[in-house]
Amino acid sequence: MLEIKNLNVKLADEDKVILKGLSLTVPKGEVHAIMGPNGSGKSTLAYVLAGRDGYEVTDGDILWNGDSILEMEPDERAAKGVFLAFQYPMEIPGVAGLTFLRTATNAVRKKREQAEMTTPEFMKFVKEKAAKLNIDYEMLKRPVNVGFSGGEKKRSEILQMAMLEPTLCVLDETDSGLDIDALKIVSDGVNALRGPDRAMLVITHYQRLLNHIVPDKVHVLADGRIQKTGGKELALELEKSGYAEFTGKAA
Amino acid sequence: MPAVQETVAQVKTIDVDQYKYGFETDIEMVKAPKGLNEDIVRFISEKKGEPAWMLEWRLDAYRRWRAMTEPTWAKVEYPKIDFEDLYYYAAPRNSEGPKSLADVDPELLKMYERLGVPLQEQEILAGVKSDKPRVAVDAVFDSVSVVTTFKDELAKAGVIFCSISEALREHPELVKKYLGSVVPQSDNYYAALNSAVFSDGSFVYVPEGVRCPMELSTYFRINERETGQFERTLIIAEKGSYVSYLEGCTAPMRDENQLHAAVVELIALDDAEIKYSTVQNWYPGDKNGKGGIYNFVTKRGDCRGRNSKISWTQVETGSAITWKYPSCILRGDNSRGEFYSIAVSNGYQQVDSGTKMIHLGKNTSSRIISKGIAAGFSQNTYRGLVSAHRKATGARNFTACDSLLIGDKCGAHTVPYIEAKNSSAHFEHEATTSKISDDMLFYCQQRGLSEEEAVALVVNGFVRDVLQQLPMEFLAETQKLIGISLEGSVG
Ligand SMILES: Nc1ncnc2c1ncn2[C@@H]1O[C@H](COP(=O)(O)OP(=O)(O)OP(=O)(O)O)[C@@H](O)[C@H]1O
Ligand SMILES: [Mg+2]
Repeated sequence: MLEIKNLNVKLADEDKVILKGLSLTVPKGEVHAIMGPNGSGKSTLAYVLAGRDGYEVTDGDILWNGDSILEMEPDERAAKGVFLAFQYPMEIPGVAGLTFLRTATNAVRKKREQAEMTTPEFMKFVKEKAAKLNIDYEMLKRPVNVGFSGGEKKRSEILQMAMLEPTLCVLDETDSGLDIDALKIVSDGVNALRGPDRAMLVITHYQRLLNHIVPDKVHVLADGRIQKTGGKELALELEKSGYAEFTGKAA
Repeated sequence: MPAVQETVAQVKTIDVDQYKYGFETDIEMVKAPKGLNEDIVRFISEKKGEPAWMLEWRLDAYRRWRAMTEPTWAKVEYPKIDFEDLYYYAAPRNSEGPKSLADVDPELLKMYERLGVPLQEQEILAGVKSDKPRVAVDAVFDSVSVVTTFKDELAKAGVIFCSISEALREHPELVKKYLGSVVPQSDNYYAALNSAVFSDGSFVYVPEGVRCPMELSTYFRINERETGQFERTLIIAEKGSYVSYLEGCTAPMRDENQLHAAVVELIALDDAEIKYSTVQNWYPGDKNGKGGIYNFVTKRGDCRGRNSKISWTQVETGSAITWKYPSCILRGDNSRGEFYSIAVSNGYQQVDSGTKMIHLGKNTSSRIISKGIAAGFSQNTYRGLVSAHRKATGARNFTACDSLLIGDKCGAHTVPYIEAKNSSAHFEHEATTSKISDDMLFYCQQRGLSEEEAVALVVNGFVRDVLQQLPMEFLAETQKLIGISLEGSVG
């Protein structure tokens, strides 16, 4: 279970406060969606969950399966099952996708005290997952994300997610940039990972994604905290009314 | 604190322990008295039992050196070297005369074992250690070569691989013909010094049409205190032959600076190819920049024949100061020169390295790929010259210099010189400078890599196209070495 308790976050180098007492609980086995206006702090929440530098938690806590993860390094959190599909995945010149996947997969396996994968095991695993996500195997020989289209980057994030077998999946606008078919493929990939031991937090601007990845709950994040929580029908309401009632501004 | 900002703090705490080759070997040595004069030159020549012409050659170099002054154009800073306060010759006792593995001091064998240098020819031959690469090794300890492996097997193919001292005794006519023909005695200050007092190094001769049956390598080790190492290597590839050669270097950790002034000459005749690789890991100095090797080196290849090819690949991770420009004289028509370089600097290291491609023949081509990685407080300069002579019609060069910065207290500099004296020359130059960003590291860490693993991965990606040029046998080790050299460069 993911428990975010009264989370207050500011930028480390500036006085700007971004999250102002955000509380949220996602039980294992559930998928929750987060929607909210631009600049409301959705990506910040995702980054703080993953342990990125540059943010200071001034109050509150984040527990995953009962343990606080705030003091953990990003790679320790990854080993503990936290995965973030980035809104803007990074390019790594010169590092082939396969090398990256293999290094990452074995790094988390080692930290989880699982046996490292042998080359044949790894190849089999990666080919299987890539095929499901309709990712051309040849693409994995190219440097990570370099020259990938927006949609290719997002699909490759989901492939990494499938490979690393996380238990807490945070998807930051994975749907933006995807064409209609790709949206379906990626959603199928995400749905395949749904299970009783996994919790997912899906950040999106579009109700459409939630037709494919049907959430258990939808939260509205505005002005640094959760303003409203509802079922999947909340997304449809937001589509009509916008965020005006949460931001105090007219739509 | 973001990772890259932390660099500086981290580099300060680098433990010198990360230099894995810093131990000392206790062995009884024979030394020449300190200082340099004609008698020392005579002493060295006599110790090596050299012919009279060689002594004259050395003395000539010595006199020229006395008349020269130290160059100051490189972007490196160091206190003036007191050349009278150095030993110019140091050799393990009982190292004279021809030797086989059985005659080598067990202490020395133990040291090479610790350094991971494969000298166990028998075991390798017998297949006992089949995981070890089959590489012939010339092991140079301070001023002398202590052993050369696989000599007999190489001799069957007609390849001569021995120390330069032995070559002077056994093949004086070859040495006389080629020594100094690429790097003349008075070429530059350190080359002149080397010509006067060079101690040992390797000699390779590959006869016409022979493809050398295995990788050749020389392993240089400086052990003695206050001793300069003056290596001299000469490689001759006759018509249509091929050879791949690799040198590796390490030294103990000492708080004094030590001088290594080498001269390497390569000669490729018609249709011959020489591939020369270096993995230089001399002691770089401690976290405060104290100690470390001054690596002042002249390396030059002469593509003397038509269609000949010389390829330099270097991985420079060590030394307090590196000053070297492996170059190619493209004399033969259609000849080709290549320079692939990875220069890693951390702590207070200073690197000024690059190449010269001198196009003299028609339709000559050259390619330069340089990757500089600077971390800590280090300075990393690429300095290169590409020139085309009036007669070098159709000369072509491609140069790409990429620099990667880790942290903000280090510097990367690119100084390319281009001279084309004919209008048909076609020279291309590209240069980039980038930084390892916190975002890139975070991305890798989010995928489970530790910060050090993330840096190693990103850096290995950066240097990939150069690493591919190294002989397979040395690839994995070199990759590891690059990782180790950057340990402590980020939080
Ligand atoms: N490192 C940073 N430096 C400066 N400002 C920042 C930084 N990180 C976040 N912010 C600011 O904090 C606010 C929240 O940003 P965040 O990226 O979390 O929004 P978001 O909800 O993900 O928006 P979007 O829907 O556009 O992706 C914005 O005003 C943003 O400019
Ligand atoms: Mg965002």
